[in-house]
Amino acid sequence: MRDALTGSRIRERRQIAGLKQAELARLAGISASYLNLIEHNRRRIGGKLLVDIAAALSVEPSVLTRGIEATLVSALREAADDAVGQNAELDSLEEFAGRFTGWAGVLAQMHRRVVSLERNVEILSDRLTHDPHLAASMHEVLSTAAAIRSTAAILADTEDIEAEWRERFHKNLHQDAERLADSSKALVTFLDESDAAVDPRGVPLEEVEAFFQARDYSFTELEEGGATDAVDLSSLNTTAAQTLAREMLEIYRADARAMPLDAVAARVRGAQPDPVDLAHHFSVDMATVLRRLAFLPESVVSEPAGLVLCDASGSILFLKPTPGFAMPRHGEACPLWPVFTALNRPLVPVRKQVEQTGRASAEFECFAYAWPHAVPGYDQDPAYRSVMLVRPVQEQAGDAPVTQVGPNCRVCPRNECTARREPSILSEGF
Amino acid sequence: MSRKVLLIEDEPNIAEAIRFLLSREGWQVEIHGDGSDALEVIQGAQPDLVILDVMLPGKNGMDILRDLREMEELASLPVLMLTARGQSRDREMAENAGVSRFMTKPFSNAEVLTAVRDLHAQATQM
Repeated sequence: MRDALTGSRIRERRQIAGLKQAELARLAGISASYLNLIEHNRRRIGGKLLVDIAAALSVEPSVLTRGIEATLVSALREAADDAVGQNAELDSLEEFAGRFTGWAGVLAQMHRRVVSLERNVEILSDRLTHDPHLAASMHEVLSTAAAIRSTAAILADTEDIEAEWRERFHKNLHQDAERLADSSKALVTFLDESDAAVDPRGVPLEEVEAFFQARDYSFTELEEGGATDAVDLSSLNTTAAQTLAREMLEIYRADARAMPLDAVAARVRGAQPDPVDLAHHFSVDMATVLRRLAFLPESVVSEPAGLVLCDASGSILFLKPTPGFAMPRHGEACPLWPVFTALNRPLVPVRKQVEQTGRASAEFECFAYAWPHAVPGYDQDPAYRSVMLVRPVQEQAGDAPVTQVGPNCRVCPRNECTARREPSILSEGF
Repeated sequence: MSRKVLLIEDEPNIAEAIRFLLSREGWQVEIHGDGSDALEVIQGAQPDLVILDVMLPGKNGMDILRDLREMEELASLPVLMLTARGQSRDREMAENAGVSRFMTKPFSNAEVLTAVRDLHAQATQM
Protein backbone atom coordinates (compact mmCIF):
# COMPACT_ATOMS: atom_id res chain seq x y z
CA MET A 1 0.00 0.00 0.00
CA ARG A 2 1.27 3.43 -0.88
CA ASP A 3 -0.08 6.60 0.57
CA ALA A 4 -0.23 10.17 -0.68
CA LEU A 5 2.88 11.17 1.23
CA THR A 6 5.48 9.11 -0.59
CA GLY A 7 6.64 12.21 -2.47
CA SER A 8 7.07 14.17 0.77
CA ARG A 9 9.18 11.38 2.17
CA ILE A 10 11.36 11.27 -0.93
CA ARG A 11 11.96 14.99 -0.46
CA GLU A 12 12.77 14.50 3.24
CA ARG A 13 15.18 11.66 2.51
CA ARG A 14 16.82 13.57 -0.33
CA GLN A 15 17.42 16.54 1.95
CA ILE A 16 18.78 14.25 4.65
CA ALA A 17 21.14 12.73 2.05
CA GLY A 18 22.24 16.22 1.03
CA LEU A 19 21.29 15.69 -2.62
CA LYS A 20 19.94 18.33 -4.94
CA GLN A 21 16.75 17.54 -6.84
CA ALA A 22 18.65 17.47 -10.11
CA GLU A 23 21.23 15.04 -8.75
CA LEU A 24 18.61 12.60 -7.50
CA ALA A 25 16.66 12.91 -10.75
CA ARG A 26 19.82 12.07 -12.71
CA LEU A 27 20.56 9.05 -10.49
CA ALA A 28 16.99 7.80 -10.94
CA GLY A 29 16.98 8.47 -14.68
CA ILE A 30 14.13 11.00 -14.71
CA SER A 31 13.86 14.72 -15.29
CA ALA A 32 14.18 17.15 -12.39
CA SER A 33 10.75 18.63 -13.18
CA TYR A 34 9.14 15.18 -12.95
CA LEU A 35 10.88 14.52 -9.63
CA ASN A 36 9.59 17.90 -8.46
CA LEU A 37 6.01 16.82 -9.22
CA ILE A 38 6.59 13.54 -7.38
CA GLU A 39 8.07 15.28 -4.35
CA HIS A 40 5.01 17.52 -4.12
CA ASN A 41 2.75 14.46 -4.20
CA ARG A 42 1.31 15.50 -7.55
CA ARG A 43 2.40 12.33 -9.30
CA ARG A 44 1.91 8.83 -7.93
CA ILE A 45 5.03 6.72 -7.83
CA GLY A 46 5.62 3.00 -7.65
CA GLY A 47 7.27 0.05 -9.31
CA LYS A 48 10.77 0.31 -10.76
CA LEU A 49 11.02 4.07 -10.36
CA LEU A 50 10.31 3.81 -6.61
CA VAL A 51 12.98 1.10 -6.30
CA ASP A 52 15.48 3.22 -8.28
CA ILE A 53 14.88 6.33 -6.18
CA ALA A 54 15.12 4.28 -2.98
CA ALA A 55 18.43 2.82 -4.20
CA ALA A 56 19.73 6.30 -5.04
CA LEU A 57 18.79 7.43 -1.51
CA SER A 58 20.26 4.23 0.05
CA VAL A 59 17.02 3.32 1.80
CA GLU A 60 14.56 0.49 1.54
CA PRO A 61 11.57 1.34 -0.70
CA SER A 62 9.29 0.66 2.27
CA VAL A 63 10.87 3.60 4.12
CA LEU A 64 9.57 5.85 1.36
CA THR A 65 6.13 4.29 1.14
CA ARG A 66 5.46 3.90 4.85
CA GLY A 67 7.72 6.64 6.10
CA ILE A 68 8.76 7.11 9.65
CA GLU A 69 5.83 6.58 11.91
CA ALA A 70 4.65 9.90 13.25
CA THR A 71 3.90 8.22 16.55
CA LEU A 72 7.54 7.11 16.73
CA VAL A 73 8.76 10.64 16.15
CA SER A 74 6.34 12.00 18.73
CA ALA A 75 7.45 9.38 21.24
CA LEU A 76 11.10 10.29 20.64
CA ARG A 77 10.33 13.98 21.13
CA GLU A 78 8.64 13.21 24.41
CA ALA A 79 11.58 11.02 25.46
CA ALA A 80 13.94 13.91 24.67
CA ASP A 81 11.81 16.31 26.67
CA ASP A 82 11.70 14.02 29.69
CA ALA A 83 15.46 13.31 29.69
CA VAL A 84 17.12 15.21 32.51
CA GLY A 85 20.50 16.77 31.78
CA GLN A 86 20.56 15.59 28.17
CA ASN A 87 20.28 17.89 25.20
CA ALA A 88 19.01 15.67 22.41
CA GLU A 89 19.60 16.98 18.88
CA LEU A 90 15.94 17.59 18.09
CA ASP A 91 16.72 18.96 14.66
CA SER A 92 18.19 15.58 13.70
CA LEU A 93 15.36 13.59 15.21
CA GLU A 94 13.68 12.50 12.00
CA GLU A 95 17.03 11.63 10.48
CA PHE A 96 17.81 9.48 13.51
CA ALA A 97 14.40 7.78 13.36
CA GLY A 98 14.83 7.19 9.65
CA ARG A 99 18.38 5.91 9.69
CA PHE A 100 18.13 3.83 12.82
CA THR A 101 14.48 2.86 12.87
CA GLY A 102 15.10 -0.17 15.07
CA TRP A 103 17.06 1.74 17.71
CA ALA A 104 14.56 4.59 17.60
CA GLY A 105 11.81 2.05 18.21
CA VAL A 106 13.74 0.63 21.16
CA LEU A 107 14.21 4.11 22.64
CA ALA A 108 10.54 5.00 22.17
CA GLN A 109 9.46 1.68 23.69
CA MET A 110 11.77 2.19 26.67
CA HIS A 111 10.40 5.67 27.19
CA ARG A 112 6.83 4.37 27.10
CA ARG A 113 7.84 1.71 29.60
CA VAL A 114 9.41 4.29 31.91
CA VAL A 115 6.26 6.39 31.75
CA SER A 116 4.14 3.32 32.55
CA LEU A 117 6.37 2.36 35.46
CA GLU A 118 6.32 5.92 36.77
CA ARG A 119 2.55 5.71 36.77
CA ASN A 120 2.73 2.49 38.73
CA VAL A 121 5.09 4.12 41.22
CA GLU A 122 2.65 7.01 41.56
CA ILE A 123 -0.20 4.59 42.19
CA LEU A 124 1.82 2.71 44.80
CA SER A 125 3.02 5.90 46.42
CA ASP A 126 -0.52 7.26 46.52
CA ARG A 127 -1.66 4.03 48.04
CA LEU A 128 0.93 4.20 50.83
CA THR A 129 0.16 7.84 51.45
CA HIS A 130 -3.58 7.94 51.11
CA ASP A 131 -4.94 4.47 51.63
CA PRO A 132 -6.13 4.49 55.24
CA HIS A 133 -6.52 0.72 55.33
CA LEU A 134 -2.96 0.11 54.23
CA ALA A 135 -1.57 2.79 56.53
CA ALA A 136 -3.44 1.30 59.50
CA SER A 137 -2.30 -2.23 58.61
CA MET A 138 1.32 -1.18 58.29
CA HIS A 139 1.13 0.72 61.57
CA GLU A 140 -0.35 -2.32 63.28
CA VAL A 141 2.38 -4.65 61.98
CA LEU A 142 5.24 -2.30 62.83
CA SER A 143 3.90 -1.40 66.25
CA THR A 144 3.47 -5.06 67.13
CA ALA A 145 6.95 -5.83 65.82
CA ALA A 146 8.31 -2.99 67.97
CA ALA A 147 6.58 -4.39 71.06
CA ILE A 148 7.86 -7.90 70.39
CA ARG A 149 11.40 -6.69 69.71
CA SER A 150 11.50 -4.60 72.84
CA THR A 151 9.93 -7.22 75.10
CA ALA A 152 12.06 -10.06 73.75
CA ALA A 153 15.21 -8.01 74.23
CA ILE A 154 14.28 -7.27 77.82
CA LEU A 155 13.75 -10.98 78.50
CA ALA A 156 16.99 -11.92 76.78
CA ASP A 157 19.22 -9.20 78.19
CA THR A 158 17.94 -8.65 81.74
CA GLU A 159 19.42 -11.27 84.03
CA ASP A 160 17.92 -10.04 87.28
CA ILE A 161 14.37 -9.56 86.03
CA GLU A 162 11.71 -10.06 88.68
CA ALA A 163 9.41 -13.07 88.30
CA GLU A 164 6.34 -10.86 88.11
CA TRP A 165 7.77 -8.81 85.21
CA ARG A 166 9.02 -11.94 83.44
CA GLU A 167 5.58 -13.48 83.58
CA ARG A 168 3.95 -10.29 82.33
CA PHE A 169 6.38 -9.97 79.42
CA HIS A 170 5.88 -13.60 78.42
CA LYS A 171 2.16 -12.99 78.32
CA ASN A 172 2.70 -9.81 76.28
CA LEU A 173 4.95 -11.67 73.86
CA HIS A 174 2.32 -14.32 73.29
CA GLN A 175 -0.37 -11.66 72.71
CA ASP A 176 1.82 -9.73 70.30
CA ALA A 177 2.82 -12.83 68.36
CA GLU A 178 -0.86 -13.61 67.81
CA ARG A 179 -1.54 -10.02 66.76
CA LEU A 180 1.40 -10.00 64.39
CA ALA A 181 0.21 -13.22 62.72
CA ASP A 182 -3.28 -11.79 62.23
CA SER A 183 -2.20 -8.35 61.02
CA SER A 184 0.42 -9.81 58.63
CA LYS A 185 -2.18 -12.11 57.14
CA ALA A 186 -4.60 -9.21 56.70
CA LEU A 187 -1.89 -7.12 55.08
CA VAL A 188 -0.92 -9.84 52.60
CA THR A 189 -4.57 -10.38 51.68
CA PHE A 190 -5.02 -6.66 51.12
CA LEU A 191 -1.94 -6.38 48.93
CA ASP A 192 -2.88 -9.48 46.94
CA GLU A 193 -6.32 -8.09 46.20
CA SER A 194 -5.14 -4.63 45.31
CA ASP A 195 -2.26 -5.82 43.11
CA ALA A 196 -4.75 -5.98 40.25
CA ALA A 197 -4.88 -2.17 40.30
CA VAL A 198 -1.24 -1.97 39.27
CA ASP A 199 -0.37 -3.44 35.95
CA PRO A 200 3.05 -5.07 36.23
CA ARG A 201 3.73 -4.46 32.55
CA GLY A 202 2.27 -1.09 31.89
CA VAL A 203 -1.05 0.50 31.05
CA PRO A 204 -3.82 -2.07 30.37
CA LEU A 205 -5.17 -0.01 27.47
CA GLU A 206 -1.84 -0.25 25.69
CA GLU A 207 -1.90 -4.00 26.11
CA VAL A 208 -5.37 -4.11 24.56
CA GLU A 209 -4.32 -1.93 21.63
CA ALA A 210 -1.25 -4.08 21.05
CA PHE A 211 -3.51 -7.13 21.11
CA PHE A 212 -5.85 -5.63 18.50
CA GLN A 213 -2.88 -4.60 16.38
CA ALA A 214 -1.43 -8.11 16.54
CA ARG A 215 -4.77 -9.40 15.25
CA ASP A 216 -4.70 -6.78 12.48
CA TYR A 217 -7.92 -5.36 13.98
CA SER A 218 -9.84 -8.27 12.52
CA PHE A 219 -11.70 -11.05 14.35
CA THR A 220 -13.07 -13.61 11.92
CA GLU A 221 -14.77 -15.52 14.72
CA LEU A 222 -16.89 -12.45 15.54
CA GLU A 223 -17.58 -11.69 11.87
CA GLU A 224 -19.11 -15.15 11.67
CA GLY A 225 -21.44 -14.49 14.58
CA GLY A 226 -19.40 -16.16 17.32
CA ALA A 227 -19.37 -15.01 20.93
CA THR A 228 -16.47 -12.95 22.30
CA ASP A 229 -15.56 -15.92 24.51
CA ALA A 230 -14.25 -17.53 21.33
CA VAL A 231 -11.44 -14.96 21.16
CA ASP A 232 -8.38 -16.11 23.06
CA LEU A 233 -7.31 -13.38 25.48
CA SER A 234 -4.70 -15.43 27.32
CA SER A 235 -1.88 -13.30 25.90
CA LEU A 236 -3.17 -10.34 27.93
CA ASN A 237 -1.40 -10.32 31.27
CA THR A 238 -3.80 -8.50 33.51
CA THR A 239 -7.43 -8.87 34.43
CA ALA A 240 -7.89 -5.18 33.69
CA ALA A 241 -6.59 -5.60 30.13
CA GLN A 242 -8.74 -8.69 29.57
CA THR A 243 -11.84 -6.85 30.78
CA LEU A 244 -11.15 -3.87 28.52
CA ALA A 245 -10.46 -6.14 25.55
CA ARG A 246 -13.68 -8.07 26.17
CA GLU A 247 -15.69 -4.81 26.24
CA MET A 248 -14.11 -3.65 22.99
CA LEU A 249 -14.77 -7.03 21.38
CA GLU A 250 -18.43 -6.86 22.42
CA ILE A 251 -18.67 -3.54 20.59
CA TYR A 252 -16.90 -5.05 17.56
CA ARG A 253 -19.32 -7.98 17.58
CA ALA A 254 -22.40 -5.74 17.77
CA ASP A 255 -21.05 -3.55 14.96
CA ALA A 256 -20.31 -6.60 12.81
CA ARG A 257 -23.86 -7.87 13.31
CA ALA A 258 -25.33 -4.51 12.38
CA MET A 259 -23.08 -4.19 9.34
CA PRO A 260 -22.18 -7.67 8.02
CA LEU A 261 -18.84 -7.81 6.22
CA ASP A 262 -20.20 -9.09 2.89
CA ALA A 263 -22.89 -6.43 2.78
CA VAL A 264 -20.40 -3.68 3.64
CA ALA A 265 -17.96 -4.95 0.99
CA ALA A 266 -20.73 -4.92 -1.62
CA ARG A 267 -21.67 -1.36 -0.70
CA VAL A 268 -18.13 -0.01 -0.43
CA ARG A 269 -16.61 -1.73 -3.49
CA GLY A 270 -13.05 -0.79 -2.60
CA ALA A 271 -13.69 2.95 -2.48
CA GLN A 272 -13.59 5.28 0.51
CA PRO A 273 -17.26 5.24 1.45
CA ASP A 274 -19.33 8.11 2.82
CA PRO A 275 -20.17 7.23 6.45
CA VAL A 276 -23.54 9.02 6.36
CA ASP A 277 -24.54 7.03 3.28
CA LEU A 278 -23.60 3.80 5.09
CA ALA A 279 -25.57 4.86 8.18
CA HIS A 280 -28.67 5.36 6.04
CA HIS A 281 -28.14 2.16 4.11
CA PHE A 282 -27.68 -0.07 7.17
CA SER A 283 -30.04 1.94 9.42
CA VAL A 284 -27.39 2.30 12.10
CA ASP A 285 -25.97 5.28 13.96
CA MET A 286 -22.80 7.06 12.89
CA ALA A 287 -20.73 5.68 15.77
CA THR A 288 -21.35 2.14 14.52
CA VAL A 289 -20.34 3.11 10.99
CA LEU A 290 -17.14 4.89 12.03
CA ARG A 291 -15.98 2.03 14.27
CA ARG A 292 -16.88 -0.53 11.62
CA LEU A 293 -14.96 1.31 8.90
CA ALA A 294 -11.85 1.42 11.08
CA PHE A 295 -11.94 -2.32 11.62
CA LEU A 296 -12.56 -3.38 8.00
CA PRO A 297 -9.81 -5.45 6.38
CA GLU A 298 -7.69 -3.94 3.61
CA SER A 299 -9.44 -6.22 1.14
CA VAL A 300 -12.64 -4.21 1.68
CA VAL A 301 -11.41 -0.60 1.92
CA SER A 302 -8.78 0.97 -0.28
CA GLU A 303 -6.76 2.31 2.66
CA PRO A 304 -6.93 1.44 6.34
CA ALA A 305 -8.14 4.21 8.64
CA GLY A 306 -7.25 5.25 12.16
CA LEU A 307 -9.69 5.42 15.04
CA VAL A 308 -9.89 7.42 18.26
CA LEU A 309 -12.45 6.67 20.93
CA CYS A 310 -12.79 8.92 23.96
CA ASP A 311 -15.19 9.68 26.77
CA ALA A 312 -16.65 13.04 27.74
CA SER A 313 -13.61 13.92 29.85
CA GLY A 314 -11.46 13.60 26.73
CA SER A 315 -9.72 10.49 28.07
CA ILE A 316 -8.66 8.24 25.23
CA LEU A 317 -10.37 4.84 25.46
CA PHE A 318 -8.98 3.26 22.30
CA LEU A 319 -6.54 4.19 19.56
CA LYS A 320 -5.92 2.64 16.20
CA PRO A 321 -3.01 4.51 14.66
CA THR A 322 -2.79 5.46 11.03
CA PRO A 323 0.45 6.41 9.26
CA GLY A 324 1.23 10.11 9.34
CA PHE A 325 -1.30 11.04 12.04
CA ALA A 326 0.41 11.11 15.41
CA MET A 327 -1.75 9.90 18.27
CA PRO A 328 -0.02 10.42 21.58
CA ARG A 329 -0.95 8.00 24.31
CA HIS A 330 0.67 9.80 27.23
CA GLY A 331 -0.42 13.37 27.71
CA GLU A 332 -3.65 14.69 26.37
CA ALA A 333 -4.22 14.96 22.65
CA CYS A 334 -4.74 18.16 20.68
CA PRO A 335 -8.09 19.70 21.73
CA LEU A 336 -8.74 20.70 18.11
CA TRP A 337 -9.19 17.12 16.99
CA PRO A 338 -12.73 16.66 15.63
CA VAL A 339 -13.32 13.85 18.12
CA PHE A 340 -13.43 16.52 20.83
CA THR A 341 -15.35 19.00 18.66
CA ALA A 342 -18.08 16.37 18.29
CA LEU A 343 -18.54 16.28 22.07
CA ASN A 344 -19.76 19.89 21.84
CA ARG A 345 -22.41 18.84 19.33
CA PRO A 346 -23.63 15.39 20.34
CA LEU A 347 -25.48 13.36 17.70
CA VAL A 348 -24.31 15.70 14.90
CA PRO A 349 -21.87 14.05 12.48
CA VAL A 350 -18.71 16.15 12.16
CA ARG A 351 -16.57 16.07 9.03
CA LYS A 352 -13.33 17.98 8.87
CA GLN A 353 -10.24 18.03 6.76
CA VAL A 354 -7.25 18.42 9.05
CA GLU A 355 -3.55 18.90 8.63
CA GLN A 356 -1.30 17.78 11.42
CA THR A 357 1.48 20.27 11.86
CA GLY A 358 5.06 19.65 12.78
CA ARG A 359 5.80 17.17 10.02
CA ALA A 360 5.64 17.02 6.24
CA SER A 361 2.22 18.41 5.47
CA ALA A 362 -0.17 15.51 5.78
CA GLU A 363 -3.87 15.99 5.31
CA PHE A 364 -6.53 13.74 6.71
CA GLU A 365 -10.25 13.53 6.48
CA CYS A 366 -11.81 13.09 9.91
CA PHE A 367 -15.35 12.00 10.69
CA ALA A 368 -16.45 12.29 14.29
CA TYR A 369 -19.62 11.62 16.22
CA ALA A 370 -20.58 11.82 19.88
CA TRP A 371 -23.41 9.77 21.31
CA PRO A 372 -24.79 8.86 24.74
CA HIS A 373 -22.89 5.77 25.77
CA ALA A 374 -25.79 4.31 27.75
CA VAL A 375 -29.48 5.11 28.06
CA PRO A 376 -29.73 7.53 30.99
CA GLY A 377 -32.40 7.17 33.63
CA TYR A 378 -35.20 9.75 33.96
CA ASP A 379 -33.76 13.24 34.55
CA GLN A 380 -30.23 11.91 34.48
CA ASP A 381 -27.55 13.47 32.31
CA PRO A 382 -26.30 11.15 29.58
CA ALA A 383 -22.62 10.12 29.60
CA TYR A 384 -21.28 10.81 26.13
CA ARG A 385 -18.56 9.10 24.18
CA SER A 386 -17.05 10.27 20.95
CA VAL A 387 -15.45 8.42 18.07
CA MET A 388 -13.32 9.70 15.20
CA LEU A 389 -12.35 7.98 11.99
CA VAL A 390 -9.09 9.28 10.48
CA ARG A 391 -8.25 8.54 6.88
CA PRO A 392 -5.66 10.05 4.57
CA VAL A 393 -6.88 12.45 1.92
CA GLN A 394 -6.59 10.72 -1.43
CA GLU A 395 -7.56 13.52 -3.75
CA GLN A 396 -6.91 17.14 -2.81
CA ALA A 397 -10.27 18.86 -2.69
CA GLY A 398 -9.71 22.30 -4.17
CA ASP A 399 -11.26 24.72 -1.70
CA ALA A 400 -12.10 22.50 1.27
CA PRO A 401 -11.14 24.35 4.47
CA VAL A 402 -8.34 22.63 6.33
CA THR A 403 -8.09 22.77 10.11
CA GLN A 404 -4.58 22.85 11.54
CA VAL A 405 -4.21 20.42 14.43
CA GLY A 406 -1.29 18.99 16.33
CA PRO A 407 -0.54 15.70 18.07
CA ASN A 408 -0.56 17.41 21.48
CA CYS A 409 0.63 20.75 22.85
CA ARG A 410 4.05 19.54 23.96
CA VAL A 411 5.15 18.54 20.49
CA CYS A 412 3.18 21.08 18.47
CA PRO A 413 5.08 24.10 17.14
CA ARG A 414 2.01 26.36 16.63
CA ASN A 415 2.69 28.75 19.46
CA GLU A 416 -0.08 31.13 18.43
CA CYS A 417 -2.74 28.41 18.84
CA THR A 418 -5.62 29.61 21.02
CA ALA A 419 -6.25 26.08 22.26
CA ARG A 420 -2.71 25.75 23.65
CA ARG A 421 -2.71 24.52 27.24
CA GLU A 422 1.03 24.12 27.87
CA PRO A 423 4.22 25.39 26.22
CA SER A 424 5.71 23.43 23.35
CA ILE A 425 9.16 21.90 23.51
CA LEU A 426 9.54 22.76 19.81
CA SER A 427 10.12 26.01 18.06
CA GLU A 428 7.96 27.26 15.23
CA GLY A 429 8.91 25.76 11.92
CA PHE A 430 10.57 22.67 13.37
CA MET B 1 15.75 14.49 92.30
CA SER B 2 13.78 11.97 90.18
CA ARG B 3 13.61 12.51 86.45
CA LYS B 4 10.20 12.15 84.88
CA VAL B 5 9.33 10.94 81.39
CA LEU B 6 5.82 11.08 79.97
CA LEU B 7 5.17 8.35 77.43
CA ILE B 8 2.23 9.06 75.12
CA GLU B 9 1.68 5.74 73.37
CA ASP B 10 -1.54 3.83 72.75
CA GLU B 11 0.15 0.45 72.28
CA PRO B 12 0.15 -0.97 75.85
CA ASN B 13 2.88 -3.58 75.36
CA ILE B 14 5.32 -1.06 73.89
CA ALA B 15 4.49 1.29 76.75
CA GLU B 16 5.08 -1.46 79.28
CA ALA B 17 8.45 -2.41 77.79
CA ILE B 18 9.63 1.22 77.72
CA ARG B 19 8.39 1.78 81.24
CA PHE B 20 10.43 -1.21 82.43
CA LEU B 21 13.60 -0.06 80.64
CA LEU B 22 13.45 3.54 81.83
CA SER B 23 12.41 2.66 85.38
CA ARG B 24 15.60 0.66 85.73
CA GLU B 25 17.53 3.73 84.63
CA GLY B 26 15.95 5.70 87.44
CA TRP B 27 13.22 7.45 85.46
CA GLN B 28 9.75 7.99 86.81
CA VAL B 29 7.54 6.90 83.91
CA GLU B 30 3.97 8.09 83.35
CA ILE B 31 1.93 6.63 80.52
CA HIS B 32 -0.94 8.16 78.60
CA GLY B 33 -2.64 6.48 75.64
CA ASP B 34 -4.87 9.18 74.13
CA GLY B 35 -3.97 12.08 71.86
CA SER B 36 -7.02 14.28 72.40
CA ASP B 37 -6.05 15.51 75.89
CA ALA B 38 -2.30 14.90 75.60
CA LEU B 39 -1.40 18.60 75.83
CA GLU B 40 -3.26 19.04 79.10
CA VAL B 41 -1.62 15.87 80.47
CA ILE B 42 1.83 17.18 79.52
CA GLN B 43 1.12 20.53 81.19
CA GLY B 44 -0.11 18.78 84.30
CA ALA B 45 2.70 16.21 84.53
CA GLN B 46 5.54 18.68 83.88
CA PRO B 47 7.89 15.94 82.61
CA ASP B 48 11.60 16.31 81.83
CA LEU B 49 11.08 14.53 78.56
CA VAL B 50 8.19 13.32 76.39
CA ILE B 51 8.13 10.20 74.24
CA LEU B 52 5.36 10.75 71.70
CA ASP B 53 3.80 8.28 69.28
CA VAL B 54 2.54 9.71 65.97
CA MET B 55 -0.57 7.64 65.33
CA LEU B 56 -2.69 8.18 68.40
CA PRO B 57 -6.43 8.05 68.94
CA GLY B 58 -8.03 11.47 69.25
CA LYS B 59 -5.18 13.64 68.01
CA ASN B 60 -2.18 13.01 65.79
CA GLY B 61 1.24 13.16 67.50
CA MET B 62 2.46 15.61 64.85
CA ASP B 63 -0.34 18.06 65.72
CA ILE B 64 0.32 17.64 69.43
CA LEU B 65 3.97 18.53 68.84
CA ARG B 66 3.12 21.64 66.80
CA ASP B 67 0.71 22.89 69.50
CA LEU B 68 3.23 22.11 72.20
CA ARG B 69 5.95 24.16 70.54
CA GLU B 70 3.65 27.16 70.43
CA MET B 71 3.26 27.08 74.22
CA GLU B 72 5.97 29.16 75.81
CA GLU B 73 6.52 26.94 78.84
CA LEU B 74 6.82 23.78 76.70
CA ALA B 75 8.66 25.16 73.68
CA SER B 76 12.01 23.67 74.70
CA LEU B 77 10.74 20.41 76.23
CA PRO B 78 12.71 17.45 74.73
CA VAL B 79 10.40 15.29 72.60
CA LEU B 80 11.36 11.89 71.24
CA MET B 81 8.92 10.93 68.50
CA LEU B 82 8.12 7.30 67.66
CA THR B 83 6.50 6.39 64.39
CA ALA B 84 5.86 3.47 62.08
CA ARG B 85 6.25 5.85 59.12
CA GLY B 86 9.92 6.36 58.39
CA GLN B 87 9.68 8.11 55.04
CA SER B 88 11.90 11.12 54.61
CA ARG B 89 8.92 13.44 54.25
CA ASP B 90 7.55 12.26 57.63
CA ARG B 91 10.93 12.93 59.20
CA GLU B 92 11.00 16.35 57.55
CA MET B 93 7.49 17.09 58.77
CA ALA B 94 8.49 16.14 62.32
CA GLU B 95 11.60 18.32 62.15
CA ASN B 96 9.53 21.24 60.93
CA ALA B 97 7.14 20.68 63.82
CA GLY B 98 10.06 20.92 66.27
CA VAL B 99 10.92 17.33 67.18
CA SER B 100 14.08 16.74 69.25
CA ARG B 101 14.67 13.18 68.01
CA PHE B 102 12.79 11.00 65.52
CA MET B 103 12.76 7.19 65.76
CA THR B 104 11.04 4.64 63.54
CA LYS B 105 9.40 1.42 64.69
CA PRO B 106 10.51 -1.25 65.26
CA PHE B 107 13.32 0.32 67.31
CA SER B 108 15.76 -1.43 69.60
CA ASN B 109 15.81 -0.90 73.36
CA ALA B 110 19.37 0.38 73.13
CA GLU B 111 18.30 3.05 70.63
CA VAL B 112 15.56 4.27 72.94
CA LEU B 113 17.82 4.36 75.96
CA THR B 114 20.57 6.19 74.09
CA ALA B 115 18.12 8.75 72.71
CA VAL B 116 16.61 9.41 76.14
CA ARG B 117 20.04 9.76 77.76
CA ASP B 118 21.26 12.12 75.02
CA LEU B 119 18.17 14.31 75.08
CA HIS B 120 18.25 14.60 78.85
CA ALA B 121 21.94 15.42 78.85
CA GLN B 122 21.42 18.14 76.24
CA ALA B 123 18.51 19.60 78.19
CA THR B 124 20.39 19.75 81.49
CA GLN B 125 23.40 21.42 79.86
CA MET B 126 21.23 24.26 78.54
